[in-house]
Amino acid sequence: MIEPPLVSPPTLADAYRLLAESVYRPIAGGTDVLVQLSGQLGPPPDRLLDLWRLDELRGIELDGDALVLGALTTYSGIRRSAVCRDLLPALVEAAATVGAAQIQNRATLGGNIANASPAGDMLPVLLATDATIVVGSIRGERSIPARSFWTGYRQTALRPDEIVIRIRIPLVADRQVRFRKIGTRRAQAISKVVVGLSWVAPTSGSPWRTVRLGLGSVAERPIRVTATEAFLEGRLPTPDTAAEAAQRVAAEIQPIDDVRSTADYRRAVTARVLHRLIREAGSW
Amino acid sequence: MTVRFVVNDDPVELTVPGARRLLDVLREELGLTGTKEGCGEGECGACTVLLDGEVVDACLVPISQVDGHTVQTVEGLAARRPSVDRPAAPDDLNQLQWAFLETGGAQCGICTPGMLMAGQAFLASGAPATDAAIREAIAGNLCRCTGYTKIIEAIALAATRRDQAESLGPTSDHAGRP
Ligand SMILES: Cc1cc2nc3c(=O)[nH]c(=O)nc-3n(C[C@H](O)[C@H](O)[C@H](O)COP(=O)(O)OP(=O)(O)OC[C@H]3O[C@@H](n4cnc5c(N)ncnc54)[C@H](O)[C@@H]3O)c2cc1C
Ligand code: FES
Ligand code: FES
Repeated sequence: MIEPPLVSPPTLADAYRLLAESVYRPIAGGTDVLVQLSGQLGPPPDRLLDLWRLDELRGIELDGDALVLGALTTYSGIRRSAVCRDLLPALVEAAATVGAAQIQNRATLGGNIANASPAGDMLPVLLATDATIVVGSIRGERSIPARSFWTGYRQTALRPDEIVIRIRIPLVADRQVRFRKIGTRRAQAISKVVVGLSWVAPTSGSPWRTVRLGLGSVAERPIRVTATEAFLEGRLPTPDTAAEAAQRVAAEIQPIDDVRSTADYRRAVTARVLHRLIREAGSW
Repeated sequence: MTVRFVVNDDPVELTVPGARRLLDVLREELGLTGTKEGCGEGECGACTVLLDGEVVDACLVPISQVDGHTVQTVEGLAARRPSVDRPAAPDDLNQLQWAFLETGGAQCGICTPGMLMAGQAFLASGAPATDAAIREAIAGNLCRCTGYTKIIEAIALAATRRDQAESLGPTSDHAGRP
């Protein structure tokens, strides 16, 4: 086990100062980083910056018409949060599918975002809800839309001295958000396909507006499928809509074969899940 | 770095690299080898301990994050350790450990410390012991021997006794530790 030097700053200002001076790998819940210390997944980090003491990065609150979650919010924290359960149950559903209790008690939303795995389960929900990732450094804060945060395979828009500090999810009237994860078993499974879908409709009989479809594990990064979104815009959740949308999403994505699944399976399952979500919305 | 924390009610102070895993500190520095290493990457739950009462995988927690906190390991469950001369009696063990013995919830034993800690956290949560709830509570703990049935039975049995003890009042609990 490799034990790189670790610093554990007591305040966010101290953390920013350290990050401005040298390159550190941040560590939040450690559920991805500690696995990397085995050295079996490529070179381990040279230096670690432990974020765990930074209470500035904790807390879930309502700020005007947005839900704001600190980067150190754990999945257990999301599951326990009455605000999340009431206002964004899809986020709670997603959190409940990550790992098992041991993981959920430590692993953080900020870690899932910065780790930038194409299979990160929370990321399609953040895409579907137009979330903003707020990042900070000694130079100040800036907001990055989720849509442009993941730039390539395990690549993000974070600069080396920046950390994720909070996540801002706008709450939109009459918006519905849905989450589905397909894995090999209910717990401890890396997803084969993850789906986050949202739309705005005042009643179940209203045409869909502002449709967002975020997908995980079907590309080198979490993506939105904008052509399928455009097709769904203004439509009613009818059998015809579902059938056509399923075909379109299967054509729009370019998944790959890997150890967890095949491209064909991922394409077929993504189409089926979308079909089913539309069917459920239309109650037919 | 110097870290101070409490293990099974005993305060400890150590100077160790901040990135050292809680698992290694327990086993190597503190000699608490009840906590097992199965996979070393969060998959198997053999290293499950309670950190401030919540289950964590000790193989994924750097010791820097334990400073100022409270850890409970499997060694902290029994009131008294059995030995060759004096095999375990019901009152030496806590209710969950005893239930594992009664139902045959342990075979090779490598998963058992982790299963006990996950079960202990579940019992402490006070959640109704439905089959689904018990399965979710141990979803992060793998067992290659038992097929889980007897482990689930053990947790359910301990939960039934917990509920009976609660309905009878605090003094009737013969082994409600800890
Ligand atoms: C057994 C097991 C099961 C898992 N199951 C799932 C699953 O079902 N779904 C899923 O999506 N993931 C899963 N994971 C992966 C992992 O738990 C999640 O990605 C988790 O959200 C990571 O959060 P963390 O706080 O532990 O991150 P860490 O390990 O602390 O960090 C992860 C990465 O993000 C960086 N980082 C962390 N916080 C910040 C920050 N605030 N600013 C900048 N960079 C930061 C770190 O430098 C590192 O590169 C699993 C992991 C394990 C070990
Ligand atoms: S050894 Fe920690 S989870 Fe397997
Ligand atoms: S008893 Fe052998 S792994 Fe569970």
